Amino acid sequence: MPTKIEKDIVTGRDTTGHEWDGLKELNTPLPKWWVYILYATIAWSAVWFVLYPSVPGITGYFHGVLGYSQRNAVNDAVRAVAAQRAATMDRIAALSFDDIRKDPQLMAAAQTAGRIAFANNCQPCHGAGGGGQPGYPALAAGAWIWGGTLDEIQQTIAYGIRSGDDKARQAQMPRFGADGILKPAEIQQVADFVMTLYGKAQPDKDVAAGKKLFADNCAVCHGDVGQGNRELGAPRLASQVHLYGDDRATVVAQITSPPMGVMPAWHTRLDEATIKSLALYVHALGGGE
Amino acid sequence: MSRISKADRQLQLQREEAGDHLYANRVRVYPKTVHGPVRRFKWAVLIVCLGIYYLLPWLRWHRGVNQPDQAVLLSIANERFYFFNLKFWPQDIYYLTGLLIMGAVTLFLVTSLVGRVWCGYTCPQTVWTDLFMWIERLIEGDRNERMKRDAEPVSFDTVWRKAVKHAAWLGIAFWTGGAWIMYYVDAPTVTAEFWTGTASNEVYFFTFLFTATTYLLAGWAREQVCTYMCPWPRFQSAMLDEQSVTVTYQGWRGEPRMRGKRYDDAAAGDCIDCGACVTACPTGIDIRDGIQLECINCGLCVDACNHVMERTGRPKWLITWDTLADQAAKAEGRQTTLHLLRPRTLIYISALLVAVVVMTAALAMRSNVGLSVLHDRAPLFVRLPDGDLRNGYTLKIVNKGPNIALFELRTEGLNAASLAESNEGLGPASRLGLMVKGDSVGTFRITVAGEPEHLVDGSQGIDFILRNSDTGEQTVYRSLFMGPR
Repeated sequence: MPTKIEKDIVTGRDTTGHEWDGLKELNTPLPKWWVYILYATIAWSAVWFVLYPSVPGITGYFHGVLGYSQRNAVNDAVRAVAAQRAATMDRIAALSFDDIRKDPQLMAAAQTAGRIAFANNCQPCHGAGGGGQPGYPALAAGAWIWGGTLDEIQQTIAYGIRSGDDKARQAQMPRFGADGILKPAEIQQVADFVMTLYGKAQPDKDVAAGKKLFADNCAVCHGDVGQGNRELGAPRLASQVHLYGDDRATVVAQITSPPMGVMPAWHTRLDEATIKSLALYVHALGGGE
Repeated sequence: MSRISKADRQLQLQREEAGDHLYANRVRVYPKTVHGPVRRFKWAVLIVCLGIYYLLPWLRWHRGVNQPDQAVLLSIANERFYFFNLKFWPQDIYYLTGLLIMGAVTLFLVTSLVGRVWCGYTCPQTVWTDLFMWIERLIEGDRNERMKRDAEPVSFDTVWRKAVKHAAWLGIAFWTGGAWIMYYVDAPTVTAEFWTGTASNEVYFFTFLFTATTYLLAGWAREQVCTYMCPWPRFQSAMLDEQSVTVTYQGWRGEPRMRGKRYDDAAAGDCIDCGACVTACPTGIDIRDGIQLECINCGLCVDACNHVMERTGRPKWLITWDTLADQAAKAEGRQTTLHLLRPRTLIYISALLVAVVVMTAALAMRSNVGLSVLHDRAPLFVRLPDGDLRNGYTLKIVNKGPNIALFELRTEGLNAASLAESNEGLGPASRLGLMVKGDSVGTFRITVAGEPEHLVDGSQGIDFILRNSDTGEQTVYRSLFMGPR
């Protein structure tokens, strides 16, 4: 209780008894109803305390009379949303790609579902928007190794590449250096030739030896002029887009001991509608065929 | 026992008298009926304001097929604001900024000229409080009758009158809440839906919310809103100066006030201290104390005082509208002139003119086409197998016209640019034709591929040029084309 309540001479009102460096505060009372509202909110908080989780304990906490839990609320909400989307997702699973593309609403739903599934599952390797990174194909660029039609994309997503799944896409490039198929000097010559395929070779360099080695060892899969072969999953070399890189050291390393990247089979983790949505989304990133 | 000084004991007594002294009981205000020109003017303003508020949603305005036919409608469902023949989109929100600036400056200007006339005549709090007080008087009688009833023990007469009063208040409050909703949804439709129980939860919620606020604020809180809740009284003094015309008690004429027979005294002023101005005041203050925070400048005390002055045979307008400067001059027997145009008002007027001109020009030059281009955040660019670079953009095309329209899109600034829209399978081509429905926004994902010639630090400018192929209206959006650094 403040003790130095005085009457202010100028206004004739009481002070609150507080003083700071000679400044005294006038007592300007709040209306009572205003104060009652404050009390009402305090009473309300007590009710809240009883109804909802409030008091923490050592091993648990007081759950509140209503037994409310945010985790349950989220789970309920997720279930509710899944139920709401079920009809649309069932149609995506049932219809062909052509039919889905003819229905703008269904297509928009698939694009959204695909975008979210891509961000959750694919983005860590393939990059946001399918921009790719060394070793992980740029899906937006259209430099497909296994084909860029909707059906081909769907199959790649569902069964993966070298994933161990029975229907996985399989391809193996020989380890020309590590297994001693080509000598280190020959590998250098092949690399010199490969770099001419995309215009990065050193000018006035003689690549005849490399060309011959390429025709003998590589052309069977990668094609005479490095145009690639999608049946075999052999990348196109005469391109500005390369899976691992286009500098000389990378090309040499690739011929010597190619790292065989793996893409998981997603049909065990994602439902069919989601995989089809993903295919539609990836197809629309800019590289679709 | 410690000695308690006389002054301390007096303070203690005062404190006990005041009870819980940090909090004050509300002093009930029982305003008395007044008659006179000010009161009549205030009634007229009240009728016009409430008439506009309650009836405007029912005014119809033909706009064409499938368009709402309500003259003023802030349609939440359509995300449009219809105002007679104007239609605003959410993108036009900056007109609201302009409108608010105009409103604020007008308020400043009016306040610096003639005081708080907004508070006294047109503020919703004042208007509804006035209406509720009128009903209170009809049912419970005038000031003295009401005070007598409230002081007496509860009787049947008091109870039924209070019950009828609150019922009437609630009825008006409900009508007010209902009319509020009608500015957001079609009035006849929502009325039918409301009474058949088919309106949305939001409609019921907001109707009852505004019913409750109207009832509480106009019936119960009244002048407490002005003195405790409203910020305007707190900073209005920044707009007032000694040249502002406000409701003023002419102290030089009235003082020394004397009551009863003594007013025949030659030394006495015109004020007979009858208290008519105090009992008439809706905020319960004494205007003779000078300009104060609680005074809403309604001028009801002017009518009340004039009536008394007439009956006692004194010149009217003891309480009048005047400036502080003029009052000071009159007290000294000088004459002054009114300074309506002074630096403060001139600044307000120029600010208002600028806002009006800018708003009118912006409204007149409003385009029916809108374009916004958002560059993909990732990937910034894609290198294509043939060596070209490709960037992705999300385009939003706003078609404010009523009909479906074909827009032609092209770019400038990039060599051999080829545009494509993958979802609808458009392109690649140097120009794309994009269809957007009437009165809506079309969203397109556009890719632009080409050879950038003058990349600086990995980016260069690119212009998206959009032309409405029917009307020829054209709009340009400058964006960036990204590439390697």
